[in-house]
Amino acid sequence: MNQEQLATQYATFKVGPLLFGVDVHKVQEIIRYQELTAVPLAPVTIQGLINLRGQIITAIDLRKRLSLSPIDSGKDPMNVVVQLEDETVSFLVDAIGDVIDVDQEQYEQTPDSITPVIRDLTDGVIKLQNSLMLILSVSRAADVRGVR
Amino acid sequence: MDEMDQILKEFLVEAFDTLDGLDQELVKLEQQPNDQEIINSIFRKVHTIKGTCGFLEFHKLESVTHVGETLLDGVRAGKIALDQDVTSALLGLIDATRQILGVISTEGNEGEGDYSALVKTLRDLSDRRKGEVSVDAAPAPKVVPYDQIPDHLKEFVTAPATVETPKEPTVMEVTPQQLPEAVAQISEDPKSSAVHDTSLRVDVGLLDQLMNLVGELVLARNQILQFTKGFNDSHVLGASQRLNLITSELQEGVMKTRMQPIGNIWTKFPRIVRDLSKSCGKQVALVMVGKETDLDKTIIEAIKDPLTHIVRNSIDHGIETPEKRTKAGKNPEGTITLRAFHEGGHVIIEISDDGGGLNTERIKQKAIEKGLSTAEKLSRMSEQDIHRLIFAPGFSTAEQITNISGRGVGMDVVRSNIENIGGQVDILSRSGEGSTIKIKIPLTLAIIPALLVSHAKERFAIPQVNLVELVRVQGEAIANHIENVGGTKFYRLRGNLLPLVSLGDQLHLESEEQGDVSEQKINIIVVRADERQFGLVVDHVHDTEEIVVKPLGKQLKDVSVFAGATIMGDGKVALILDVPGIARRAAVLSTNSEGRPARKGEAVTEGDGRVTGEHTSLLVVQAASGVRAAIPLELVQRLEEFPTNSLERAGGRPVVQYRDGILPLVDLREFFNHDAVLSDEELQHVVVFNYGSRQVGFIVQKILDIVQERLVVSSEERRTGTRGAAVIQKLVTEVLDPADIVKRSRPEFEMLSGGNPEAVN
Repeated sequence: MNQEQLATQYATFKVGPLLFGVDVHKVQEIIRYQELTAVPLAPVTIQGLINLRGQIITAIDLRKRLSLSPIDSGKDPMNVVVQLEDETVSFLVDAIGDVIDVDQEQYEQTPDSITPVIRDLTDGVIKLQNSLMLILSVSRAADVRGVR
Repeated sequence: MDEMDQILKEFLVEAFDTLDGLDQELVKLEQQPNDQEIINSIFRKVHTIKGTCGFLEFHKLESVTHVGETLLDGVRAGKIALDQDVTSALLGLIDATRQILGVISTEGNEGEGDYSALVKTLRDLSDRRKGEVSVDAAPAPKVVPYDQIPDHLKEFVTAPATVETPKEPTVMEVTPQQLPEAVAQISEDPKSSAVHDTSLRVDVGLLDQLMNLVGELVLARNQILQFTKGFNDSHVLGASQRLNLITSELQEGVMKTRMQPIGNIWTKFPRIVRDLSKSCGKQVALVMVGKETDLDKTIIEAIKDPLTHIVRNSIDHGIETPEKRTKAGKNPEGTITLRAFHEGGHVIIEISDDGGGLNTERIKQKAIEKGLSTAEKLSRMSEQDIHRLIFAPGFSTAEQITNISGRGVGMDVVRSNIENIGGQVDILSRSGEGSTIKIKIPLTLAIIPALLVSHAKERFAIPQVNLVELVRVQGEAIANHIENVGGTKFYRLRGNLLPLVSLGDQLHLESEEQGDVSEQKINIIVVRADERQFGLVVDHVHDTEEIVVKPLGKQLKDVSVFAGATIMGDGKVALILDVPGIARRAAVLSTNSEGRPARKGEAVTEGDGRVTGEHTSLLVVQAASGVRAAIPLELVQRLEEFPTNSLERAGGRPVVQYRDGILPLVDLREFFNHDAVLSDEELQHVVVFNYGSRQVGFIVQKILDIVQERLVVSSEERRTGTRGAAVIQKLVTEVLDPADIVKRSRPEFEMLSGGNPEAVN
């Protein structure tokens, strides 16, 4: 990722033990868990369809996408609705964090030590005071074809 | 700069619109050369384009339109007779203008095209009547309204025109309604330019957005209505009623904004008919009825090409040459009629010609030549079914390939294009009288009627266009009417075997538990895909509803069993089933050995067993050891299994007690191999046929499969009891002749064919 592409503000959320961030300009809205309509025969990472004010949106389970264990039963995930180039998708995440301001110096390439499946969906990391925020590549995360 | 771009964009949109109108007007003018109103209108339009070109500094276009305008001015003033040369040159001018505009819209400049030849032609024509009109010094033309033109000038226009043989006006606009309206429309005509003032251009994206919002409003309305049901307060009830009515009207209104009259795509047909009939040496008049019939914009776009193709076909193949027509005692000028009207939520478009009609014998010949059917099948088909073969892939009857039509991609492409938008196409033809192609299409793709079903607690919508009927099978009828062949279930629907597909199996959903046998019921939805029928088995059938079709995200594009999704009254999402997609997944349309899914339009045996095309449904059995045999499925009544020890003998022949009667059996092993020993298996497989008014069962060794294949029987290998051999699933298979087998092994039946009540169920 070159410097121009680095956003200055990221909306953060937790998926399992990981903290992810998405450029705030790409986030359309964040909504509570909604009842989903499952799509038979769809790739497993697709949790279902939700009705967002008349628009039908595909919900992608980020835990499954990242090959993490399912969320604890009794806990509902949150929808992070993200605008891609030509469509809108929702990522199901565990919990929503703050919007954080980011400097160029905090950016680093994704370390090689991170598991490949997570590294593939990451556009670099941001070093925070106590933790690391992974920059989620929304377009790669939304491309679920071929993912089993 | 942005402002300039905006102006340019608007100019292009408007200019293209204008050009479409000009095409039509010029052709009209050729037929009514003295119609001053049309001449003025054409002149105005060319003048507007020229003027804007000058402003936008498109000098090439300006110079071309300028000479055209000069010529038109001459015509308008009656100095130049409007003959075919002039019309052709003017049409050439429009083509050139369209070409230059096309380049402008893609490249942003006028391009390198050379139009000097056209300019010369136009100039020469204006010079033909020398004197009054000087090309370069032509005064800036003024727009003169019709009523200000002196009467003597009007007469002057008529005079030279009468030199030509006057023709009947070929373009008529008739509304399907009553005469008064038609008259009203005609009297409105001169004022038609006023229409532009009351309409405006709106981005389609905005309309789609409005449509979405209205869909949401409808849902909100439904919720409010449900909520207020429990109220007794008359104010609340009154308000919710008003909300209900307003929402419905709003929905209707917004839907209307997406509607366009079909006349919008008909505008180019007069020109096509004119050019084409000229190049074919034919005389063709075009009549258009029901131009104002409204259709959704997306549908209008989708039927444009198929319609053009049909009209071209009608001129090229349908209408005869003037000589032929005169000989047949018809008007040398043929007529093509385009008719559009609404009928029961659909739009019907008919394209008729009064030509020679389809040549049934030639179609038969061609169908055999191309391997689409066999002489035997054709002899059993009705004339109309034979005509329908023109929609089969790879069919073209043109004697020679012309540059107009007849490349062999014709009507099947038309059919698949129309089926893609949920429409149907049919043909009706009478020899010597002409043909009519009838297209039936839905009003809109955005909102469709659909049947709601549920399976494993999930709701699904099945588009009404795919529906044929609903069947519920209960209790004992399940065992009696449902057959199981090699893992595929069939339902016997009025004597024909309908393949069944379980929605749950296809979508990997668990079916709901059912009670004991007597309470069991099976809901079969008979659906049609690619001209074939099959039964979809679901848990519950609900209601029919108008649903708003929404596309699925691209992550789900690979899931071919869904056509989209919709939002239900309770705000939840339901998936819309894609019936052809399910058929392909279940491979019910063409279950041959490789399990290859049926190609579109390939298997055309209809669900009622009638063979309309190239494939036949066959039951493949192992008749005896070493005898692989096939039986046309339409002859098979039932498939049964009997315990070996239940077989008895009567008169030295095997029989079995069957449905309160005695079923006579023929052991095919005995018949073919003279091997009377029953196999040591516990169950005997029996294929039951109707023979006259009674039933007969054939004992076979094994039931192998049901296939859809092209049946080419070679009678060289024919032996007793068969019609010959054919290659089925890549193996040589004998095709049985059940009647012959019964006749030979049970000759006594011949005498009894009058009926044996005990044996008949």
